[in-house]
Formats: sequence, C-alpha cells, structure tokens
Amino acid sequence: MTRYTGDKAAVAALVQGHQVHRDVYIDPEVYRLEMKHLFANAWIFVGHDSQTPNKGDYFTTMVGDQPVIQVRHTDGEIYVLYNRCPHKGTKLVIDRTGNTGKFFRCPYHAWSFKTDGCLLAIPLKKGYENTGFEQTDAGHGMKSVGAVMNYRGFIFCRLAEEGISFEEFFGGSLSSIDNMVDRSPAQRLEVAGPPLRYMHKCNWKMLVENQTDTCHPMVAHESSAGTAVRLWKELDMPEGTPLPPAMEIIAPFTSPYEFFENMGIRTWPNGHGHTGVHHSIHSNYTEIPGYLDKLSVTHGEEKARAILGENRHNTVYFPNIMIKGPIQQLRVFIPLAADKTLVESYIYRLVDAPEELTARTAMYNRMINAPTSIVGHDDLEMYERAQEGLQADGMEWVNIQRLYDPDEDFEQESVLNGTTEKQMRNQFHAWVKFMTHDMPAREAAE
Amino acid sequence: MSVTKDDIIDFLYDEARMLDEGRYDDWLALWLKDGHYWMPLDYKQTDPLNVTSLMYEDIFMLKVRVERLNGARTFSQKPKSRCHHVLQRPWVDEIDLEAGRIRTTTQMHYVETRLDEQMLLALTAQHDLALIDGRLRIANKRVDILNCDAAFGNIQLLP
Repeated sequence: MTRYTGDKAAVAALVQGHQVHRDVYIDPEVYRLEMKHLFANAWIFVGHDSQTPNKGDYFTTMVGDQPVIQVRHTDGEIYVLYNRCPHKGTKLVIDRTGNTGKFFRCPYHAWSFKTDGCLLAIPLKKGYENTGFEQTDAGHGMKSVGAVMNYRGFIFCRLAEEGISFEEFFGGSLSSIDNMVDRSPAQRLEVAGPPLRYMHKCNWKMLVENQTDTCHPMVAHESSAGTAVRLWKELDMPEGTPLPPAMEIIAPFTSPYEFFENMGIRTWPNGHGHTGVHHSIHSNYTEIPGYLDKLSVTHGEEKARAILGENRHNTVYFPNIMIKGPIQQLRVFIPLAADKTLVESYIYRLVDAPEELTARTAMYNRMINAPTSIVGHDDLEMYERAQEGLQADGMEWVNIQRLYDPDEDFEQESVLNGTTEKQMRNQFHAWVKFMTHDMPAREAAE
Repeated sequence: MSVTKDDIIDFLYDEARMLDEGRYDDWLALWLKDGHYWMPLDYKQTDPLNVTSLMYEDIFMLKVRVERLNGARTFSQKPKSRCHHVLQRPWVDEIDLEAGRIRTTTQMHYVETRLDEQMLLALTAQHDLALIDGRLRIANKRVDILNCDAAFGNIQLLP
C-alpha cells in the first residue's frame, strides 16, 4: 500500500509548522520520495575541486541515492556524471579517487567515454550499424546530471534538468562559504586528507537538525566536555595558564544556555541557516602568530579583521551538508536508507595560511566527529535511540516548537534567539517545497 | 639494568589484559607523560597532525576518555561496552637500551560489544617502549586498523 506516492497533500500534511510526523524519519516510502523529488530538485553538494586537481582525476560519491563521478575534463572543467556504463549499467569506477587519463573505459565490454561523458569508442562497432543505436540513450554516452556549479571550489549539482537556479537556491547563505574561503590569504582551500566516515543507524535529517540544536550540548556532552573541564580544574594549574588546544576545542561544549541563546541563529530562504551570529564556540581560539598579517596583505587589515571576527558556528546548507567557516570543516550527511546515514567529515587547508590552523582543524575533526570521538558517541546514541523510540505508536509527532511563531516567515532572512528551533522548521518548510512542487507531473509520467 | 624479549612480550600481553578488564588507572600508569596514542585514519598515514586521524591523544585526553566511561551521565555507556583483544605473539623489532629505544609490532584481533552488536577489527599495534627505573613504560603507541578507511559505527573503548 502506498500512502504518499503521488499524493502531494499527504506529503505536505507531514509538516505542521510546530511539529512533524514521524514518517519523515522512519517511513521507507517517504525516504524513496525524498530521493526522487527532494534530492533531484535541490542543489546537492558533490565534492571540492581540490579533490580532483588534475585532468582525468575523479572522485566518486552519492547525490542522494545516485552514484556519481566528479571528474576534471581535458578542458580543465569539472563534470558530474552518473557512475554507470550506458551499456549494461556497470559502475565505470569504484575506487573513491583516482585518475582515469583521457577517458573512462568500462571493464566489462571496453566501451570508452571521454571525461565529459561523450562516447569515444565501442569495440566491433559495426554490429550496431543500422540498428538505430544512435537514437538510444546508450548511444549518447555517459549521462550528466542536470546542472553543475563550482562555487569558489565547492561543487554542487542539481540532478533535475530544469529547476531552481543555484543563485536563487542559496541566496545570502553563500556568505558562509565566502567567509571560509576568504580566510585563505590565497582565497583558496585544499582538501586535507581523506574524510572521517561514520555510519549512523538513523535518518539523515536527525543529523541535519542537530547542527542547529543548541539545547543539547550541555546535556548530551556533559560526559565528555564536562569531564574534560573537571579534570583540567583538578590539575590546579596556576592562574592564567593558557588552555591547551584540545581544551579550547572541547570546553565550550559545556557553555550554559545563556551562551547559546545570545549566540543567535540566522535563517535564509530554502532551508539554509546558521548558529553563531554574534559569537560561537569557535570565538575564543588562540590567535596564530603571523596569520592576521598574511591575511591583511590580501584583504587590507580592516577587512581581514572583519573576516576573522565572523565566527559562525554551524551553517546548514539544505538539504544535507554543514560547514564550519572558522575551522574549515564540511560534513555531508549521505542518506542510505530511512534509518541509515553515512556521515563524511572533511577538513580543508587554507592555502598560504600557517599550518597550525590545519592542525587545529584536524584536531577538532578527530575529537568531535570521529567514530572514536567521545563527543560523537553520545550524539550517535541520541539519534539511534530516537530512531528506535519513534516506533512507539502512542505518539506520532515530533515537536519542533521552541520559540515558535505561527506567523513566522521563511521567505525572508531572519536573526533570532540562538535556542530557537526555527531553523529546523525552515528546513521542513523547504522540505515540503522541494518534495511536492513537481509531484503531480512526475507521478503522472510513470 | 636489562630487559629480555620475554619481559617485553609479557608487558604487551599485560597491557591488553588491563584494557580488556577495564583497569584504566593501571593502564594510564604504564605511559610516559608526553606519550601519544595514535590511531591513523588512512592506510600507511605518516602525519598525525595536519590531516585527520581517528585518535591522536595525549595523556590528559586519554584520562578524560577513560574517566568518561564511568560517568553518571555517559549515555552511550549505558549499558557499558566490553572488549576483548586476541594477540599474535609480538615481534620485538628493536632493543637499544643505550639509546633508550624498544620497538615492537603486535598484530591482534579486537572485539567490542554492546547490547546486541559486536564488532571485529584487525589491528597492528606498534609500541615505542622505554625502560625507566627498571620498569617498562609506553612512550608512544600507534594502532592501525586494517580497514581504517571503512565507515564505522561507534568504537567506544580502546582497540
């Protein structure tokens, strides 16, 4: 029995402003519709262009449930192609990164394709003469996604051929990527090593919502950050002893509610938003000697100070990534099933900046976001408990009502108290929009 | 002062037993104060600092880690995990007491379990040991997971 497929009203009714129905997290049918509509119609993060610096370099990943290849073509441009031989469906490459030279060659029947997807050669091609092969999908080579954008090194794509433009989709939210890239004296980031890969037995949206959930750190992370603060105090260091880098990173997780309230949350249209408008847990890191001077050569001192003074905490790019500008981290929440999500956490080096900044970022990544992280352990515990708890039939709705205003507007940028759940509501507002706007047409075409 | 190959091998077995039995105070007491426990993220990783690792922790952070395991509000340890190391006989790669250097390589299987889940990891542990006042101590430890680049759920104890 299908309850949601082809029924726009039923999908829209899953979101009621102050609450959402549990089926958005646990129902496999809703998950399939997300892959088909939301992840096709929105702009989805693919990778960073420094992951494929040279011609023929490729990187494989998923856009929603679609296997894709990010590849640098002979003209220097980056293409995003479906990872499927047009012949029998074989994945053309299966390693995560590599260099394919000037063309992809399928290991099954040796069909080959240029790195922009065009068909290059088929062995014994005579066998297709007068068969109408040129008119088939297979005859047209590898299929490209609908649209690709390289924004300051970050590669996004839209699977659908037609739809919202990149600029309209992201709007003012691009200021968070700008701030991250502007922190490099060369105005350029480079990926630093492979990402952490952390498997979560929960719905992908729980992770995205957690990024702007400012009422959980002092509770869920008391065991890690609280223990660290207590043991540091017990060392009884002389007054004024600077905190070691690990303590600078972990201690702010125990900040009181007031800290998070005053930190502020900003929302933008189409589901994007960030915590840390006025300050954040990243505000009080020790200055790295020489960095401001280097950045001032690029921007002038006033602008350089303004760039470093912006300490946005987590910026959510709807639907499924989060970036931290002040430490050059990006986390992508890759949905694998209604109850399974792969989290990949990348870090980037600020080109021409002191390497100590990369070391701090690497430390943050492993301390907070690794499968071995004492902070990550408690987050994952909460998500997996929620995934199981939502099976309880007594209550079918999940509350997202904190600082709710029935008249709130999602079409304008807004700045609010840092403990509001408006950004979660903003995400669900966009969720309904991109889930339903092409539903009737698409279902009718089946 | 001297140390035999057997002393070194016994030391490594005793360390694994402390971890399996949760005797973390004893385990922390094995370490020199400036040591690091390193678990690389990448196969044959050479740099612990400027790319991500799974762990690169000094004694203070190791102490936080093991203290947390017994906390009243350590939710991911309610109920607790248990672990089990199965060691292959360690290789003693170098004993140079004049230079203060003892290096070993130990291959092992590591099992960690909690509730209905159980995970098996294949590990290679490399120890730098030192002989201080007649007692063996851990100067540094590197633990490589065979499938370090795979996606894992929680790994909560110390492989």
